[in-house]
Amino acid sequence: MPAIETEGLTKDYLVGFWRPRPYRALDALTLSVEAGEVFGFLGPNGAGKSTTLKLLMQLIFPTRGSARILGSPVGDVSVRRRIGFLAENPYYYDYLTAEELLTYFARLFGYSSSDARTRVARVLDDVGLGRERRLRLRQFSKGMVQRVGLAQALLNDPEVVFLDEPMSGLDPLGRRAVRDLILSLRARGCTVFFSSHILSDAEALCDRVAIVAQGKLVAAGRLDELLAFELQGWELVMSGVPAALHAQLASRFAKVTPLSHDRVTVTLPAEAEPDRVMAALSADGARIESLNPIRHTLEDLFLQRVRESQPRDIGV
Amino acid sequence: MRQIWLGANAVFRESVRDRVPYSIVVFAVLMIGVSYLISQLTAGQDMKIIKDLGLAALSMFGLLIAIFIGVGLVTKEVEKRSVYGLLTKPLSRAQFLLGKYAGLVMTLAVNLSVMTVALYAVLLYSTYNAPAGLRASWEAPGADPHMLIAIVLIFSELMIVTALALFFSTFSSPLWATLLTLGLWVAGHFNSDLRNFGAVVDSAPAIWLARVIYYVIPNLAPFDVKAEVVHGVHVAARHVALTLAYAALYISILLTASVTIFRRRDFK
Repeated sequence: MPAIETEGLTKDYLVGFWRPRPYRALDALTLSVEAGEVFGFLGPNGAGKSTTLKLLMQLIFPTRGSARILGSPVGDVSVRRRIGFLAENPYYYDYLTAEELLTYFARLFGYSSSDARTRVARVLDDVGLGRERRLRLRQFSKGMVQRVGLAQALLNDPEVVFLDEPMSGLDPLGRRAVRDLILSLRARGCTVFFSSHILSDAEALCDRVAIVAQGKLVAAGRLDELLAFELQGWELVMSGVPAALHAQLASRFAKVTPLSHDRVTVTLPAEAEPDRVMAALSADGARIESLNPIRHTLEDLFLQRVRESQPRDIGV
Repeated sequence: MRQIWLGANAVFRESVRDRVPYSIVVFAVLMIGVSYLISQLTAGQDMKIIKDLGLAALSMFGLLIAIFIGVGLVTKEVEKRSVYGLLTKPLSRAQFLLGKYAGLVMTLAVNLSVMTVALYAVLLYSTYNAPAGLRASWEAPGADPHMLIAIVLIFSELMIVTALALFFSTFSSPLWATLLTLGLWVAGHFNSDLRNFGAVVDSAPAIWLARVIYYVIPNLAPFDVKAEVVHGVHVAARHVALTLAYAALYISILLTASVTIFRRRDFK
């Protein structure tokens, strides 16, 4: 049974005051996320990522289509005992302390007072807020509120966690902490569905990704499948290049890039035979330092698919 | 029920730490205190003035808390998106809304209690200092326990106002919700006039319309027994019971309508 599945999920909003007309924020999204996966839901701003998450959390209602979480319809309140959710740029009550807020949430999950206290202390330590637990939330920085948001999403040891732009507002240390947290969730078998437009995070964390643009799904699959395009070329780094060879490089290779410390990078076409080229360069006196295949990155794929769906100018 | 109670507790805790209701109550207590000073300027009428001003302060400052916090309860949650955190927990939208309402009613109850204690303290002090001859001329005892009837009715009126504020805030902006609640509160105090509209107008549609409005908007005049208790006039138990039953019915209808609207609302 998939942890998350959507079938033709569509959301229209009415826009305009005098003559309202429908604006399609999400168009027939069908996807499935298996249990235990870290799933990246990617797309530029306004692509429909948050709309999808709100539909899954039933904060908004679909115009058409359906969604299920752990086999139950998203409208089933009881399934919320088994999930966690972090909204984008979350906000909580200014006058409550982190401990009070989380205890309130823990009690909503049905935990007894003593259970709630233990859980709250544990998750606050997990997100690095153990010392600040008695501060009122109005005294928290944006990054600290984001951590409180993560803590409340993990209170109930959820089977599925939904994170909407979890790295938003975090400094590099905070981002690293969130990455580690997502990896630890995966290690204990939790399904993680996170939206992001930061592709390096997705590339580092996800088993599978989906890319949405203008409300439509434009790519979905395992990262290694999606990025397994044909080889684009080779990047060869060498050092100690004799002056005579240096002069010939520009005519022998399409692209030559001088690096620091007497090193040079040359780009070989995909059809080149690297072994033969390296042997020839070595014979001419160069020292080969590294050879790497050039393949598409997730960013290349993302830009390509988004541009295909929106041929005109798009800011990413 | 547990979820509603937890929600109510959170609202209560948040409200009592918010400086706005706190300062409203402090201001009201000060006003009650000042009513004692004013009463010193008017020979023979001192006790009535303290009671009049005290009950008016209780009612008006309670109204301010009911409207401004009542409207903010839902609109603030939606605008600041804190509603996302709550509605993704095992909490239905109905429980969320009823918890908000119960929390504000608890806040109101505590605030009114503080104001009531302040009012009785001033009344007891004035009674203690009044000469026996003057006391004998009073229409009602100084610290008259019957004033609690007026306070209970003020509280139930404020519960209706809170339900109105909550209802309007489920579908309109804070400004509109405030204006509509305030408007209905004012209209509610003159609602009884609509019942006898037929006596002054001949047009059948106008009479019919007045009758519909009479039944739709809250009838708040029966909740105001301040003049009666101040002058020591007996307030019938039947009047109190019927008025409280009306409040319960009106609040139930408003909360049902609020939940119905809130259940279908998109939180963009």
